[in-house]
Amino acid sequence: MTEKPKLGVYICHCGINISATVDVEALTEYALTLPNVKVARHYSYMCSDPGQLLIKNDIKAEGLNRIVVASCSPRMHEPTFRKSIQAAGLNPYFLEMANIREQCSWVHEDRTEATIKAKKLVAAAVAKVRLLEPLEAREVEAERSALIIGAGIAGIQAALDIADAGFKVYLVEKSPSVGGRMAQLDKTFPTLDCSACILTPKMVDSANHPNIELITYAEVEEVKGYIGNFEIKVRKKARYVDFDKCTGCGDCASACRVANRFASEFDEGMGKRSAVYLPFPQAVPAKYTIDPKSCLYLTKGKCGKAPKCAEVCGAGAINFEQTDELVEFKAGAIIVATGFDVFDATGKPEYGYGQYPNVITGLEMERLVSASGPTGGKIKVFNGAEEIVPQEIAFIQCVGSRDKSVGVEYCSRVCCMYTAKQAHLIVDKLPEAKVRVYYMDVRAFGKGFEEFYDRVRREGVRYIRGNPSEIFKRGNKLVIKAEDTLTATPLEDEVDMVVLAVGLKPRSDYRTTMELLRLSQSPDQFFLEAHPKLRPVDTATDGIFLAGCCQGPKDIPDTVAQAKGAASSAMIPLAKGKVTIGAQVATVFEATCRGCGFCVSICPYSAIELVTVNRMGHMIEVARVNEALCKGCGSCSAGCLSDSIQPKSFRDRQILPQIAALGVLR
Amino acid sequence: MSQQFEPNIVAFLCNWCSYAGADLAGTSRVRYPANLQAIRVMCSGRVNPLYVMNALQQGADGVLISGCHPGDCHYMEGNFHARRRLGMLKELLEFVGVDPRRFHMSWVSASEGHKWKEVVEKTVEDARAAGPFEGFRRRRIDW
Repeated sequence: MTEKPKLGVYICHCGINISATVDVEALTEYALTLPNVKVARHYSYMCSDPGQLLIKNDIKAEGLNRIVVASCSPRMHEPTFRKSIQAAGLNPYFLEMANIREQCSWVHEDRTEATIKAKKLVAAAVAKVRLLEPLEAREVEAERSALIIGAGIAGIQAALDIADAGFKVYLVEKSPSVGGRMAQLDKTFPTLDCSACILTPKMVDSANHPNIELITYAEVEEVKGYIGNFEIKVRKKARYVDFDKCTGCGDCASACRVANRFASEFDEGMGKRSAVYLPFPQAVPAKYTIDPKSCLYLTKGKCGKAPKCAEVCGAGAINFEQTDELVEFKAGAIIVATGFDVFDATGKPEYGYGQYPNVITGLEMERLVSASGPTGGKIKVFNGAEEIVPQEIAFIQCVGSRDKSVGVEYCSRVCCMYTAKQAHLIVDKLPEAKVRVYYMDVRAFGKGFEEFYDRVRREGVRYIRGNPSEIFKRGNKLVIKAEDTLTATPLEDEVDMVVLAVGLKPRSDYRTTMELLRLSQSPDQFFLEAHPKLRPVDTATDGIFLAGCCQGPKDIPDTVAQAKGAASSAMIPLAKGKVTIGAQVATVFEATCRGCGFCVSICPYSAIELVTVNRMGHMIEVARVNEALCKGCGSCSAGCLSDSIQPKSFRDRQILPQIAALGVLR
Repeated sequence: MSQQFEPNIVAFLCNWCSYAGADLAGTSRVRYPANLQAIRVMCSGRVNPLYVMNALQQGADGVLISGCHPGDCHYMEGNFHARRRLGMLKELLEFVGVDPRRFHMSWVSASEGHKWKEVVEKTVEDARAAGPFEGFRRRRIDW
């Protein structure tokens, strides 16, 4: 570095977020005493336009060549200030931030202590920034296609948007059909449109769109690479039915030796299916699948003299020899739309779910009222061994939501409204029935929600404020024990059927997805967005986006909105055809590298290889970094025996002065 | 000084989990002692054991290294490298007579703001109990 460092230190008040706890004036004066600091200023909002202008003007007027901004976390505004100093003609990597908000003013109360800590943090940033090197961000070609994981309404909508924009989409779905949870619903609140009527056309579009390659009954097995260049491996599970030959006639399912013996996943166990099955009549693709866990031939190796399905299949589609198939492709962006599971109501044993057949969950209720459901839309349940049409029906809200005793603190956002909707549907179908809802609070916050809630109450549904403590059986009635907390009266309520408004949970297999894509979780265990307000569809990893309930509970309009948001974000690299990737990669000082290959074995991305070079007539091996593969983690460097391999911007010689600066207050 | 000893602690936090977790602690306005200053690295695997020695030489009374939970590393296996290297370092430090309470490793994810508070409190408390570190002070680097 030929140029002598001339530093500007900019201290942000962040309104009073920082200045209330840290003495910004004392900090500014202190900064001026640090080596090479030419300018130090404080300002109310450094990230605002006038704040950034302050920095830019100083760079030009004072000839500053290194900038320290002491403000919020670099995870928040590092890109902002990089752009700003770049606009003033500096290399964007000549910037270091001191985090005096999230890791100082917000966590300490004592002004003296916080100011001392802020001084140290600024000193450490000053110590490092002087030794930073200019870096150039690299541009690489981006693959103009996207991978979408999960084909519920979020995945389908995102896929259609991206495909309509002219890009290739790989839509991967784990189950045999697209549609997800929305396909299981009957009507949707508050407008009461039929879920299937608005969803099925989109399902069909997703299968027929020329730009969408729909891969159902498949799981993403491996994701490598980075934004613009993800390399993906998908395992298409064996269906044991030839996809091209199957006509979807269903002869196999009726002929199956174990026909209608197994609980249908789609009907939440309320209906039955055969070992060879179509999840539901409107399934897309309309191709049958043999469940290897229930098929006699596949589990026992024998099904009578010969499997009946194969005998009756006119198209000759049954193929027990089929094996899993691996599909590989590249994608420029990934959207995660893996959805949710509902709370397992056996986690609240006091409500008797699993013990009494007439205590059911909200999702089971959806199947029960659905015209395509196991009862053809007739509301009837078993009370003991007897099938009844319930006349006294109670709903219990917040089962597995807002309940620390089961480890769920959050509100699931949909249960108040789906309960109101189901109450309406019951009143509609069974005008004689008496319906009541036990609730904590009714959260009718969306467009048209409050109006709908009002309508349901006018229709005669009683709302009783109080969470029941227990449900037990007396005679042939279920007794709900509760307290009406508005009148402070304990009550026992005799009913024929109870519907538990179960909340939304992360999918039971969320860890697989998390580990596959290196996602983070928020405290509620849903996937974590990059910023709760400003980057709600992004993840910490560039090029990977979130849509729908995998990020947190949402209703259908919010899910669709987020899916469209994720689609448009994912299309940025696709439309540009290029992506900028981080310049902070590892680099080897070949003169001291002794070619031991230790870094080669450490690198998780196989970004380092040994190459032979001619050193003064001797052919020797040294390490060399493939910058396109390196992600700059720096593990190689910590393992290097001669400190020859170093990640740019995090070199030993840049970190050691930081350590020294934090050791003792200068 | 009649007041209790206030240790000085240097922490190395990985960008993806622990640094984000510490940021979350800030956003949630959790309170914890001001004795600890963090240096951001991309991965806990970046932390050269030398840094720990260096921090102790340069005036720290305690060192904390925190990364993603094992298996959750943003770089797949960086924190496994860290765990091995620093586990060995911990034994070495004990062998050369450094109080083990001065050296801590932890796994704090981006969602564990409260765990971060507990980790800081524990680290500070332990370093305080161990007292000022004068073990292998060196001429300070005049940065």
